[in-house]
Amino acid sequence: MSDVLNAVPAPIGLLAELTHRCPLRCPYCSNPVELERRSAELDTATWCRILSEAAALGVLHVHLSGGEPTARSDIEAITAHCAMVGLYTNLITSGVGPALTKLGGLAAAGLDHVQLSVQAGDASTADSIAQLKGAHEQKLVFARRVVELDLPLTLNAVIHRGNIGSVSDLIALAVDLGAKRLEIAHTQYYGWAYVNRAALMPTRTEVDRSIAVVEEAREQLQGRLVIDLVVPDYYASYPKACAGGWGRRLMNVSPSGKVLPCHAAETIPNLTFWNVHDHSLAEIWAESPAFQAFRGTEWMQEPCRSCERRERDWGGCRCQALALTGDAASTDPACHLSPHHALIRNLARTDSASSSSTTVYRGFGALTEHVPAGEPV
Amino acid sequence: MMTALSAGSVPHLPRGVRLHHDRIRNTHVLLAPERAFDLDDIALEVLRLVDGQRSIREIAGALAARYDAEQDVIEADVIDMLNGLANRRIVGATPLEPDRKP
Ligand code: SF4
Ligand code: SF4
Repeated sequence: MSDVLNAVPAPIGLLAELTHRCPLRCPYCSNPVELERRSAELDTATWCRILSEAAALGVLHVHLSGGEPTARSDIEAITAHCAMVGLYTNLITSGVGPALTKLGGLAAAGLDHVQLSVQAGDASTADSIAQLKGAHEQKLVFARRVVELDLPLTLNAVIHRGNIGSVSDLIALAVDLGAKRLEIAHTQYYGWAYVNRAALMPTRTEVDRSIAVVEEAREQLQGRLVIDLVVPDYYASYPKACAGGWGRRLMNVSPSGKVLPCHAAETIPNLTFWNVHDHSLAEIWAESPAFQAFRGTEWMQEPCRSCERRERDWGGCRCQALALTGDAASTDPACHLSPHHALIRNLARTDSASSSSTTVYRGFGALTEHVPAGEPV
Repeated sequence: MMTALSAGSVPHLPRGVRLHHDRIRNTHVLLAPERAFDLDDIALEVLRLVDGQRSIREIAGALAARYDAEQDVIEADVIDMLNGLANRRIVGATPLEPDRKP
C-alpha cells in the first residue's frame, strides 16, 4: 500500500468550484443535482490558503469554475492570489451577468485564459437551451472583450440532440470571434445530464456527421483554430481515461470545501470526502479515503484487472460504471470488453429514438460546463 | 492551411503562455490554455530566447555559438519545433500568414 502511495504523482490541476450560483439553467449541467447553498461557501481567506497549498503541492493549472465564478464578489482577489503563487488561471465562465464588468479587473489581476461556454451557433437556439433570453448576445460581447484584452479565448460547447446540427456554425463563430481553441464536447451523462439523458441523446448518424465536420474543419483551420473533440461515451468502444486516472492528476474543491477526485464523485455512495476545514490539501490528496478508493489498479475487477490498457484509461469512469451497472468498481460499460456494454448501446438507441423533450432545467441557479472529463493536459 | 515559419520570422509567447519553473518536479514547463508541456534542456533554451525581438535566425545563431554547432541544422530544428507550437496557437510570430486576419 505505501508503495502505491509513494508512487502517487503530485496533482497538476485543481478545479475550484467557487460557487454553484449561476444565471443560466442548462439541462446538461454537470453540477450535482444537490446544489450547495451560498451560505455554505468558503470565504476568501480559505480559498487563498487552499490555492497556496495547491501550488506547493505541484498544481500548475487552476480552473476557476462554478456555477458562474464571477458571481463571487472576491473573484479578482482570488485570481490575483493565484498569480502571486504562480498558478496558471483558467476562468470557466458563462459570460453573462457580472462576468463582463469584472473582466478588466481579472485581466489586471493576472488572469491567464478564458473559457467561455456557448450553447449553439445562433442566438435563438442558444437562449432556449440556456433558458435566458439575451444570453447569447451577452456572450458575444464578452468574447470580443476577451480578445480585445489580448487574453486567449476558448469556446466550449456541450453537444447534445438540441444543438448537434449547429457544430459547423459553432466553428464559424469561434473563428469569427478570434478564439484560439474550440472544445466540442459531447455531453457526459452525470448530474443534471443523467436526469435528462433521454432528451439529450443524439443519434449515431448525427454523432458521426458532427465528428466528420470537426475533422474537416481541423484540417482547414490548422494554425488558426485548435478544435478539441470529446466524443460521446455511449457510442464508443473504449472508455475515456478517467481524468488521467482517479486521484492521479486532478482534484476538485466544491463550494463548501469538500475535496473530490472528480466533480461527479459524490454520486458514488459510501465514499468519504474530506473537507479543507479539517485537513490540508496535501493530506487529503495522499490519505483521504475518497482519493484512495479507486487510485491505481488494485481495486480493479476483470476484465480491467488483467487488461493491457489498464494504465491508459484506468478502467474508464467510476461514476458511469456506478450509474449503469450499480457497481462503481466495475468496468466502465462504455468499454466493449465490459459485460454490460450491450446495455449502454441499447440505452443510446432507445434514448436517441425517444421523443422525450421534457427536460429538467437545473435550479436554483448555476450552470457549469466543466473541463470535459478525461481532459487534458 | 499550415502556418509556416521561416528563418526571418520573429516568434513570441502570447499572453496566456508562459515558462514556469516547477520546483516540485524539478523541471521547466510551458504553461498554455489547458496544456502543460514538459521541456527538455534544448526546448527550454529555445523558448528562453523567444522574446518577440529576435528572429529565428538570431535564435539559432545564439544556440549555434553556444553549442558550437551548425547554424543550418539548428535553424531547421528550431523552425520545426516552433512550427509545431504555432500550429497549436501556442507561439505567435510575425510575419506569419494565416494569423494576419483582415
Ligand atoms: S471519468 Fe473519472 S473524473 Fe470523470 S466523472 Fe468519471 S470518475 Fe469522475
Ligand atoms: S477492460 Fe478496462 S482497462 Fe481494459 S480497455 Fe476496457 S475499461 Fe480499459
